[in-house]
Amino acid sequence: MIMAFDRTDIAVLLSCIAVIVSGLFIPDWMINQFMFAFARALAVLGLMVLWRTGLVSFGHAFYFGLGAYAVAIIDNQLGVTDIFLRLIVSIVIAGIAGFLLGYVLRNYRDIFFAMLNTAISMVLYGIIVKTEALGSTDGFAISLPTLFGHSPEDKYPLFVVICIIAAACAIGVNFYLKSTYGKLTTAIRDNEVRVEYLGFSVAHAIHVKYTISACLAGAAGSLMAMSLGQVDPDSMINWTVSGELVFITILSGPGSVLAPFIGSFVFEILRTYAFEWAPQAWQAIVGGTLLTIIFFLPGGIWSLIEKIFGRKS
Amino acid sequence: MATFLTILLDGLQFSSYLFIVSAGLTIIFGVMKILNVAHGSFYAWGAYTAAFFIGKFSDMGIPDIFGFLVILGSAIVVGLVLGFIIEKGILRFMYHRDEVLIVLATFGLFLVLEDSILIAFGTDPYFAYQPMALLESVEVAGITRDVYGLTLILVAAFVALGCWFLLNRTKWGDILRAVIFDREICIAMGINVPLVYTLTFIGGAMLGGLGGAYIAPTISVAPGLGTEVIILSFAVVVVGGMGSILGAAIGSVLIGVLRALAVHEFPQVELFVVFAVMVIVLVFRPEGLFAPAKPRKI
Repeated sequence: MIMAFDRTDIAVLLSCIAVIVSGLFIPDWMINQFMFAFARALAVLGLMVLWRTGLVSFGHAFYFGLGAYAVAIIDNQLGVTDIFLRLIVSIVIAGIAGFLLGYVLRNYRDIFFAMLNTAISMVLYGIIVKTEALGSTDGFAISLPTLFGHSPEDKYPLFVVICIIAAACAIGVNFYLKSTYGKLTTAIRDNEVRVEYLGFSVAHAIHVKYTISACLAGAAGSLMAMSLGQVDPDSMINWTVSGELVFITILSGPGSVLAPFIGSFVFEILRTYAFEWAPQAWQAIVGGTLLTIIFFLPGGIWSLIEKIFGRKS
Repeated sequence: MATFLTILLDGLQFSSYLFIVSAGLTIIFGVMKILNVAHGSFYAWGAYTAAFFIGKFSDMGIPDIFGFLVILGSAIVVGLVLGFIIEKGILRFMYHRDEVLIVLATFGLFLVLEDSILIAFGTDPYFAYQPMALLESVEVAGITRDVYGLTLILVAAFVALGCWFLLNRTKWGDILRAVIFDREICIAMGINVPLVYTLTFIGGAMLGGLGGAYIAPTISVAPGLGTEVIILSFAVVVVGGMGSILGAAIGSVLIGVLRALAVHEFPQVELFVVFAVMVIVLVFRPEGLFAPAKPRKI
């Protein structure tokens, strides 16, 4: 079956090219912002798929942290620096973990789903914080990634790779959401029994989505670790990280695969400026934004964009 | 034997403050179906208020014994003010929304409240050792313990009894249980459910504040206090069964003693063991160890 590119895919490709080209002109700190935002957006993309299904995971920092720590460990122990190799290892580890845990988690809904994810992520947090070999609370530093054997002098190549991977994931998820199984998102949220009567296994559908979201969160953690150049449990696995990811999901809105990238970038900018403007109160500003979005903009930023441009996706 | 007793007492002390905090969390969940992340901030606010005023009073030369009044007062004021503002100002408008979305809203509140502490009290730690120094220490079966820590167990027992009495032996308890059972019928029967919600939330917040205020003299009150405690109380509440006071009691004793055991014997697994228990309970008995099984949609 030939699946044609739709408007969203073209928008993703165009914005990807635009961002990469603009990367040549914008200052370094802006490039960092883009890298953090797009890395995190991959995890948000996975959470968005779950959210469309009516599931909110308050523990995806587990996969995020797995991805990040996988990079740190293969870097420090084996000296693996190639960016793609690191990324693949992270995705595979997070994916396997997500696939195995999916057997349990696919039976859970609502608050129980959220809590079990939290508990699992906190188990990993508990292990890492108390294990010297895993860096304890200090974490690890990570060397700059190399690209096909070349070691770049600045972060621009990493930035380009992140943009391309982000675009590829966005398009991939968009294709998935258009497929039959992908469409079993809202359907499951609205009425599971009806989905079962239509001949689909709800458990199986959720399992696949959960594994996809785990892979994406693993990739996100991997890229985040490489952009930051270090990992530590409090900024990678603690429950506040999961909260942050869910927050960006709500901020972005479930409307489109482009939304997580826009939302994540807005979050990064919001955080930077809030921190600059009121270092004591940036969390309060972020939290206040979250409340405002929940109250007044349930569709997230994407619903604003839809309103302005009049597109319905 | 001495080690055993130390572990037991450490565990019980830890359980005690976990229980006080979790009891508030579980009451709010039981009645209002809100898993309140901001509860950690009530705890932190209680701790900061108590530590701040104990220090101030001590500087003013007021006898240290008033520290205990300060602790109680902080809990009541924090619960009353924060509980009232948050329930009336924000949560009231959310009851018809999805449960998970309410969790997120309380997460937003948590972030706001955490920073409000930084703004109000600054980033320097507070030490309010006076009440603890006042009570000195005793020797029990060969080991030396702070009396203050032992009173914590009494306070927790008192809170547990108080909650039990309130829920099972008073008209208020009847109303609460009726609201838990069927909110709509209660409204039809003329019970002022919004008022019940407000009071429940304030009561729960007071317990959160009390946990913080009472523990304040034994720790250095520093930023980030609420982040750890809320996730631990989640574990307690989940292990015991969400919405059950007895469950919170059993959950906190289990987790408190297990953690004390880990701290003394296997320090590597201190945090791991708490959340491993939480995972195991969620996997095998999602409704909690001691809560009656209910038909539910998982």
